Amino acid sequence: MADVSLEVITLVSVGAHPTSGRARRAEQDARAVELGLHLAGNRLQLLHAGNPYEEALRGYLGMGIPALHVLEQPKGADALPVLVDYLREASVQVVLTGTQAETGEGSGMLPYLLAEALGWPLVVGLAEVETIEGGSAQVLQALPRGQRRRLRVRLPFVASVDNAAPVARQSAFGPARRGQIEVQEVEVVDDILLSESTLQPSRPRPKRLKVIKAKTAADRFRAATAKASGDGGQILRDVTPEAGAEAIFKLLREEGVIR
Amino acid sequence: MTDIIRRDPRAEWIARNRLHPLHAVMQAAHTVKEARWMGPNGVIRKSPHAALGFIGPNGIRRIDRSGAQQGGTTRRLGQSQETQLPLHRVDEPAFIIAVVPDMVGGRLSSHDRDLLGLAHHLAGQEGAVLAVVFGEHKETGFDTAGVDRLLQLSGHEYDGYSPEQRVLALRAVESQFLPRHWLLPDSRTGGGELGRRLAAALHERPATRVWQVKDGVCIGRAGSGSEDLTRAVPRLILASAECAEPVSETRHDAIEVMLGEGNTLRSLPRLEDLGPVAVDPALIPMAEAEFILSGGNGVQDWDLFHRAAQTLGATEGASRVAVDDGHMPRHRQVGATGTWVTARVYLAIGISGAVQHLQGIGACDKVIAVNLNAGCDMIKRADLSVIADSSAVLEALIRLVEGYRAGDWKDVA
Ligand SMILES: Cc1cc2nc3c(=O)[nH]c(=O)nc-3n(C[C@H](O)[C@H](O)[C@H](O)COP(=O)(O)OP(=O)(O)OC[C@H]3O[C@@H](n4cnc5c(N)ncnc54)[C@H](O)[C@@H]3O)c2cc1C
Repeated sequence: MADVSLEVITLVSVGAHPTSGRARRAEQDARAVELGLHLAGNRLQLLHAGNPYEEALRGYLGMGIPALHVLEQPKGADALPVLVDYLREASVQVVLTGTQAETGEGSGMLPYLLAEALGWPLVVGLAEVETIEGGSAQVLQALPRGQRRRLRVRLPFVASVDNAAPVARQSAFGPARRGQIEVQEVEVVDDILLSESTLQPSRPRPKRLKVIKAKTAADRFRAATAKASGDGGQILRDVTPEAGAEAIFKLLREEGVIR
Repeated sequence: MTDIIRRDPRAEWIARNRLHPLHAVMQAAHTVKEARWMGPNGVIRKSPHAALGFIGPNGIRRIDRSGAQQGGTTRRLGQSQETQLPLHRVDEPAFIIAVVPDMVGGRLSSHDRDLLGLAHHLAGQEGAVLAVVFGEHKETGFDTAGVDRLLQLSGHEYDGYSPEQRVLALRAVESQFLPRHWLLPDSRTGGGELGRRLAAALHERPATRVWQVKDGVCIGRAGSGSEDLTRAVPRLILASAECAEPVSETRHDAIEVMLGEGNTLRSLPRLEDLGPVAVDPALIPMAEAEFILSGGNGVQDWDLFHRAAQTLGATEGASRVAVDDGHMPRHRQVGATGTWVTARVYLAIGISGAVQHLQGIGACDKVIAVNLNAGCDMIKRADLSVIADSSAVLEALIRLVEGYRAGDWKDVA
């Protein structure tokens, strides 16, 4: 359903392989690119703020996009202001991002701050764009537990993409080599966070201990030997199946699982 | 009877000295009312000679030392206080710690409780913990979960998915209460999103995926989880599950507070919620499914079972026996050697509840069992059990749901 008039831009970052830590195209960003390709075909624009000579960026070009625009910045610079400046001028209707960066702070704040700075609405966890017409889009949002919600959102908007979005196509070597990386010089704004905090390899989190708070030894003994038994669930004996089913149905409705 | 312990050293001395001429007399007088007494170090002493215990069925005296049964002679000192936790009151809070729990299904989740525990850690003795709850809730345990002040924001503008309206309300909370810290669960069920929206609106830089807060420093996961970021505690914290121990030793006031009039603006929504979309439950991975209908050896009619799952809109699961017998595919097996499910509602039809199966449903919230045998372990685990034949119940359930869908369900509740 590639739309010829729709201007879509996907923000991409450099990811890290979960085991080896090697630079690669980021998983969620690649999904955002895939979604952008569904929306705008190969008129999709890609934008990155950072080092233009990073080889991993070519992974996105290998998905069949002719060019990637880079706002050149050193490591540790704040990407937000330059991205906001660029997007204000770019006259796009949809900005797609991943949910969380794979390196650095990875706070997942970027789409929120972008939307706030641009004054655009934000869709979190975009799974699918159904229709775009008359200045608004009808989209599906991914919820936990595999659920979906339909939203209508005004254009232009920012959307973040998580693992519920379509799986990214493979990156092909030829197009990745041929693709153009356009570099633009921008003003550098330092990110103060990294100067006042430290990044370390993650420590394993302490396991939560099962603490038994009992006043007497007898209570402790009982707690340690007790079988995991529910405390007093309701038991319906000698009821007709209809009455039983009604009780179940009532509980299911209270829990909101019957739609 | 007063609570002051009066000791009579002379009587105690006579009680210890069995050769004392008055011993027998005093003991006889004591045994009636003094089978246990407070020793000199404040330890409760029990007299094994006294007439405690009861005569068992075969005529032997039995003494129950657990303290549960003490005849009629015990002084029940402080018994009534034991069941009630001490009340922690903050009448004039020096500052506020605001918590916005997720309230999945209208109740505090364990993640929310951990967060309230963290809030109390930050509030100390002077601060008060304010919980901001949107819409209607079913929670009755705000006091024991550690909520000092409760702000309930209801109104249809907060119904459904309304993040922008909620952020507006939280900004009103910000200007009225000026919380020292904002705490939200960094969860996929709403808190992660709402917290980040709030952070962007308040121009605060949050600490995300925080798993430890200690001595003014917080540690959170960074990047894809292989790094930790350590920093000074910011105003806004998005914390992971198990970030702190939940409150368990105190009871709190949970005083209702209100938002000042005119503080809550209505915004023109730029995001419109068009409602949930029907998803084929069979396509949802079982580990993630919210509602599972699970069948075991007690299911006689598997066609009926599949029809029930379809009508209820439930994801199907099975016990190992049902899988081994070829009624269900292997990837539908729930339990130790199958999938560990996290369903909010688990409906077990004809499953006996072997440990291997119960392990797999440890994370489930509400368990409903249908079984013929009222003594089986699944019934002990279940919140609601129906002792009846599985086929009959399934058929009745299908009829009810179809009737409800057709619109002729009268709300009897
Ligand atoms: C190493 C190991 C690993 C295992 N891993 C797993 C696992 O991952 N998952 C798993 O499920 N099991 C596992 N098991 C098997 C487990 O021990 C039990 O054998 C199994 O869970 C029992 O399945 P069930 O409850 O369906 O069958 P049963 O124990 O036969 O129970 C059937 C129940 O249905 C009731 N019933 C009968 N007829 C009706 C009727 N008409 N209406 C209503 N109720 C009726 C009965 O009262 C009974 O309670 C494992 C076992 C081993 C040794």
